[in-house]
Amino acid sequence: MSSDHPRTAATLGRAVRAGETSAANAVEDALARASESEDLHAFLSLREEPARREAAAVDRRVAAGDADELPLAGVPVAVKDNIAVAGGLTTCGSRLLASYVSPFDATAIARLREAGAIVIGKTNLDEFAMGSSTENSAFGPSRNPHDPTRVPGGSSGGSVVAVAAGCVPVALGSETGGSVRQPAAFCGTVGVKPTYGRVSRYGLVAFGSSLDQIGTVGTTVEDAALVLSVIAGSDPHDATSSPEPVADLASGLDDLDPAGIRIGWPAEYFGEGLDPAILAACESARDQLAAAGAEIVQVSLPHSPYGIAVYYTVAIAEASSNLARYDGVRYGFRADSSELSSMYLKTRAAFGAELKRRIMLGTYVLSAGYYEAFYGKGTAVRTKIRADFEGAFERVDAILTPTTPTPAFPIGEKADDPLAMYLNDIYTVSANLAGIPAISIPWGRTPADGDRPALPIGVQLMGPDFSERRLFEIARFLEREAPA
Amino acid sequence: MTVSPEDVRHIARLARLELTDEEVERFRRELSTILAYVEKLEELEAGSAAEPPAPDQPLREDALVEWTDLAPLREAAPQFEAGFFRVPRVIE
Repeated sequence: MSSDHPRTAATLGRAVRAGETSAANAVEDALARASESEDLHAFLSLREEPARREAAAVDRRVAAGDADELPLAGVPVAVKDNIAVAGGLTTCGSRLLASYVSPFDATAIARLREAGAIVIGKTNLDEFAMGSSTENSAFGPSRNPHDPTRVPGGSSGGSVVAVAAGCVPVALGSETGGSVRQPAAFCGTVGVKPTYGRVSRYGLVAFGSSLDQIGTVGTTVEDAALVLSVIAGSDPHDATSSPEPVADLASGLDDLDPAGIRIGWPAEYFGEGLDPAILAACESARDQLAAAGAEIVQVSLPHSPYGIAVYYTVAIAEASSNLARYDGVRYGFRADSSELSSMYLKTRAAFGAELKRRIMLGTYVLSAGYYEAFYGKGTAVRTKIRADFEGAFERVDAILTPTTPTPAFPIGEKADDPLAMYLNDIYTVSANLAGIPAISIPWGRTPADGDRPALPIGVQLMGPDFSERRLFEIARFLEREAPA
Repeated sequence: MTVSPEDVRHIARLARLELTDEEVERFRRELSTILAYVEKLEELEAGSAAEPPAPDQPLREDALVEWTDLAPLREAAPQFEAGFFRVPRVIE
């Protein structure tokens, strides 16, 4: 392939529409790169033949002059393997769904197809999206392209690695507590968690239904915004999808004048446990905004330190309920047994250790005698977290924080300490609990230290409901100013 | 927060999970640690359970839509016969 091949989804789509390159070339290039980077284990399956057929169809439309309205014409996309693509595997990284073939397309996938995009493969994830490192996949961990001995983050690790390693310009992941933003920070890509309800979850395998949202990954803010603009919008198949009209999210992002923008700086996000290099990165991003005329405002989000505790009542309760459907009756793995109740037990024994842990925790917090103390308390504090943000957004347009407390950690380091793993999401879970949009963008690297190479750092912007457009504008400003 | 082995076995029964003795001990330890962390919520003054934030949710028309292509469902099922999911005997 040629070195001047367009590397972003926006430029690739334009080049395919203009006939300067073909969808077929773009797909072959992506498939070749995917097999070259096989060691990183980004993909669980490749859709080689379907992708080639779909590319040929896009090229026929270009030849017929019928492709002008395809914003992602010929753009190869990687999709997390908990999002259904018709006729192919949707394993969720689990032995229970190892050979499950989805009978339908998720709405987000149908919209990508209508926009001319081509799904080239399904990506690795923590089993059922439960984890922060992609080590919980039943099919083995993914690896960080910046240091293959380290985790890429998770649970959307495979999607982020596919983008960071240059296999595809953009990918879909899913978020329940930071599963797109955290790996994006660890691997140096852009990661977006849209407002709850912005993207239909039809065809996204459910984890925590009051939190789940499909998110986008890209090498640039424009690409992540472009893919979101394609998949966003209401859907009769998902009653939680919002009827709020979808604004133009991706064009003219350079037009923002930061003068007059108010950026919130919450003290609660810069305390104990934050890596000094990540603190310095946030300060540098803040100072760039201030130098361009933005007003920096101290805000307080006093309930955010309780985010992880709330998350691990609400998310696990919902997970234990959602995972009850994996009983071996209608689809997926069934263990042989002559009797129904032992069939359930033996089938569900195929869940990995983290899944069992969360099912146990979720069942515990919902059980008689504990419901009020845990789930009831958790949902009550959740509304306080939301109220903190509502108060802050009366004074600021967006809030700037770290995405993660540390850079990518070594594979295996937190495998035996579930609580330490959960605390990785301390800066990301609040956006999910509050339902607000958030984005992580790369901002420099940690200094190299002995055996540890320089590792990517992510800074996070959070905004009020449906403020994606404004977040993308601010993120685009930071992207232009960011250190290499 | 201390979780007993009996608690773990009771919860496992509710969740239809079969645990080995080794898993019972491990989950007892891990659940105790994690639930102790979650108990930090008790520092906050009591509030009542509340609905999570939700967007406006207009309902679609309650119309019957027929799923005509049974083949992929049949193929995904462990045992499918005459339009039914077949399971082991429920009652002796």
